[in-house]
Amino acid sequence: MKHEIPVEELGVRGPLMADPIAACVHCGFCLPSCPTYVTMGEEMDSPRGRIFLIKEVLEGKLEVELAQPYLDNCLGCQACETACPSGVRYGELITEFRGRVEPRRRRPVAERARRELALRTLPHGKRFRAAARAGAVARKLRAAVPRTVRPMVDLLPERLPPARPLPCRFAAQGERRARVALLAGCVQQQLDPEIGWAAGRVLARNGVEVIVPAGQGCCGSLAMHSGEAEGARRLARRNLAAFPEDVDAVITTAAGCGSGMKEYGALFLGEPEEAQAGALAGRTRDVADFLYALGLAEPPPALACPRRVAYQDACHLAHAQKVTAPPRRLLSAIEGLELLEPAEAGLCCGSAGIYSLERPEVAAELGERKARNLLATGAAILASGNIGCLTQLQSHLARLGHPIPALHTVQVLDRAYSRTL
Amino acid sequence: METADLFTELRSLGLGERLLTGDAQLAAFGSDALTAFHQRPLAVAVVESAAEVAAVVRLCHRRAVPFVARGSGTSLSGGSLPVGEGIVIALNRLDRVLSVDPDARTAVVEPGVINLAVSAAAAPHGLAYAPDPSSQSVCTIGGNLAFNSGGAHCLKHGMTSNHVLGLCVVLPDGEVVDLGGDSTEHVGPDWTAMFSGCEGLFGIAIEATLRLVPIPESVRTALAVFDSLERAGDAVAAIVGAGLVPVAMEIMDPLAIEAAEASVSPGYPRGGALLIVELEGEEEVVEGELAAVEGLLRDCGCAEMRTTADPDERALIWKGRKSAFSAVGWLSPDYIVQDGVVPRTRLGEALREIERLGAERGIRVANVFHAGDGNLHPLILFDGREAGAVERAEELAAEILALCVELGGSITGEHGVGVEKREYMKLMFSAADLALMEDVRAAVDPGRLANRGKMLTPPPPAASRSAAAA
Repeated sequence: MKHEIPVEELGVRGPLMADPIAACVHCGFCLPSCPTYVTMGEEMDSPRGRIFLIKEVLEGKLEVELAQPYLDNCLGCQACETACPSGVRYGELITEFRGRVEPRRRRPVAERARRELALRTLPHGKRFRAAARAGAVARKLRAAVPRTVRPMVDLLPERLPPARPLPCRFAAQGERRARVALLAGCVQQQLDPEIGWAAGRVLARNGVEVIVPAGQGCCGSLAMHSGEAEGARRLARRNLAAFPEDVDAVITTAAGCGSGMKEYGALFLGEPEEAQAGALAGRTRDVADFLYALGLAEPPPALACPRRVAYQDACHLAHAQKVTAPPRRLLSAIEGLELLEPAEAGLCCGSAGIYSLERPEVAAELGERKARNLLATGAAILASGNIGCLTQLQSHLARLGHPIPALHTVQVLDRAYSRTL
Repeated sequence: METADLFTELRSLGLGERLLTGDAQLAAFGSDALTAFHQRPLAVAVVESAAEVAAVVRLCHRRAVPFVARGSGTSLSGGSLPVGEGIVIALNRLDRVLSVDPDARTAVVEPGVINLAVSAAAAPHGLAYAPDPSSQSVCTIGGNLAFNSGGAHCLKHGMTSNHVLGLCVVLPDGEVVDLGGDSTEHVGPDWTAMFSGCEGLFGIAIEATLRLVPIPESVRTALAVFDSLERAGDAVAAIVGAGLVPVAMEIMDPLAIEAAEASVSPGYPRGGALLIVELEGEEEVVEGELAAVEGLLRDCGCAEMRTTADPDERALIWKGRKSAFSAVGWLSPDYIVQDGVVPRTRLGEALREIERLGAERGIRVANVFHAGDGNLHPLILFDGREAGAVERAEELAAEILALCVELGGSITGEHGVGVEKREYMKLMFSAADLALMEDVRAAVDPGRLANRGKMLTPPPPAASRSAAAA
């Protein structure tokens, strides 16, 4: 699409926005893939519409405040990138635009407070556990909780599992085939520490030495995808220092983190750490992707009784990282496991980082739609590759009265190996 | 204020918040898939029922406000470009398949139903909706009707108009009429055929009864590589000359193949012009036809051939072909999609000439086309940031269309005239022809409110016939 964006004035980061806009031909192939277009049915709430609005804002033809509500509606799921025949990098565009606009944005006090609270709590283990305890109290006093904060209270778990920090190393079993560093993940460590342990055990069992570098922290994705670029860089710098270079890969287990770390190059574009950040991004691999490429040393033992498992693509794995086949093939390697595909597989579940806190109605509509599609498969277990999706889906499955277990792909493998699935 | 009054009246029809008048809202609706044109409308009415369509049109008629219907906004000729002082009626929420009758092999649908959704609804009954525009995963039946859309598989099955049995239409004055019926054998003039392809000038379809076809027992797809487009074109003529009717015959040149590979990696054989031939029908018949086709392809100098019956492989072959237009975005920042038709017998000649015209100007042209029915889609690649590039590309586009007419073809196969090719109507029609078209249009819509500015160049106000007709 032809544009009149003053690219030079936007500096070194300008092409992150101008290139996707130039590549978009406005064909509309993205419309049916977009969760907000599917549910809202208006052009402004489609990827093509948003690209056009961003173009108009950057060209100075439209006030940013007028475009903002529609840009805020975007979940950042990047399903449109999978659908796009022209290769438009929409994810980079929306992340960059949000990062550019947010610092100058004047949000209502309550909204700003909620955002700060979320972004300052979620990435930090101790704060998150404290918040969860406060949340348990707040839930009982729900009526007295300010309306803007209620979605946060509703999303906090009833109770957190006991903290189980990961060891600093899982030794490779048998011949060492690779050496990797594992991102423990911030929210995941609190909500479901078993995922990190399962990843360590499954990798180790397959001849992979896993180190869990000390000093690592939140990857910064939540902040990055919410327009808080500076905050994201602050968090990411810790990981630039913590993760060693002499590993075959940096492994992520949460799709959102993986996609965020793969964007480190763009995040630090024009910054002194640009090269180092690009290198770390290049080493980042999702656990299923890495394990499948390496090949299972031996498949898990056949299940004693057959299990029906529905695999749900996490958007940040399928659309952002283009990893769809590896988790399915790994699960299919388990004899006795029947892999099921829910309808509307490419549609976002509505979790989307802190989106479910900021836009609870949209998130709930999508979450329920997704849960119904999953139940329709008749699965006994749900598998996915992202803690946000697992939490969101589990909550909606429970609401529909069918709380089937939601497990990470590596947890399914881990349990199959230990004959506990 | 008059506009404020209009908005109040529109809202009071029950539209409420579904009447969009904000700057951002109007900007987003300003273009369809032809971004060379952009026009913010006065307002957008996002309707949720057929009754609302009729009510909005009646109001527009009473207040002489032009209106434009829009589904998914995928027109490549600017067919759903808004009118500045007019209303856009967004039909995309009218997306229900109302009924499927497996015995009569018909489906009744609303205009906002996505083309592929009709086939999805028919599939459990072993039926499908045949017309398959490349944008079938997005485009809506309403737009297919207005532009009599074709598609790769229309070679055997025919265009949209061959699959419409009945229509319920809101005429430009708001009157609701039924055209055709639910049977192929109705009495009287064929009104549905007249409505199909009228580019919205005769009003808005709010319900369509579509013909469904059985899903074939067997399908085979052959990919054949030739060292030149001309030879591939000759092969097409040979297949048709032998009395065979494949369901689709498509040609892509190396540049179009490169784009498709960059986009969806269909894994096409490389090395020249690609001819895709698809056969469908009863297993035995298809086997026999395939052997005959393979023989003809070899006779015509095919360098490499591959055949498949695998549904996944076939899906990928067609995904590559159907993504080709947008995929050109990988190769070039800007491009013009053309849509000319030449007699099948002159295909080779046309392609040679297009190549020469492009080379003369130093402009790259990618070719992807429905070879079976001579429908060319030259994609003219340019970089809009270079001074004069747009103009040079447009000149070439105009020459290609003139060439098509000269060879005995036409200026559009399926994308329609829209705003884009309005001026080229003169290449095909005399002033008297165009005046007659204008008279027919004015007989239905004296105020020229329905999709004003599309297909026919609006007459200058002084020479307007609308006053006389009204």
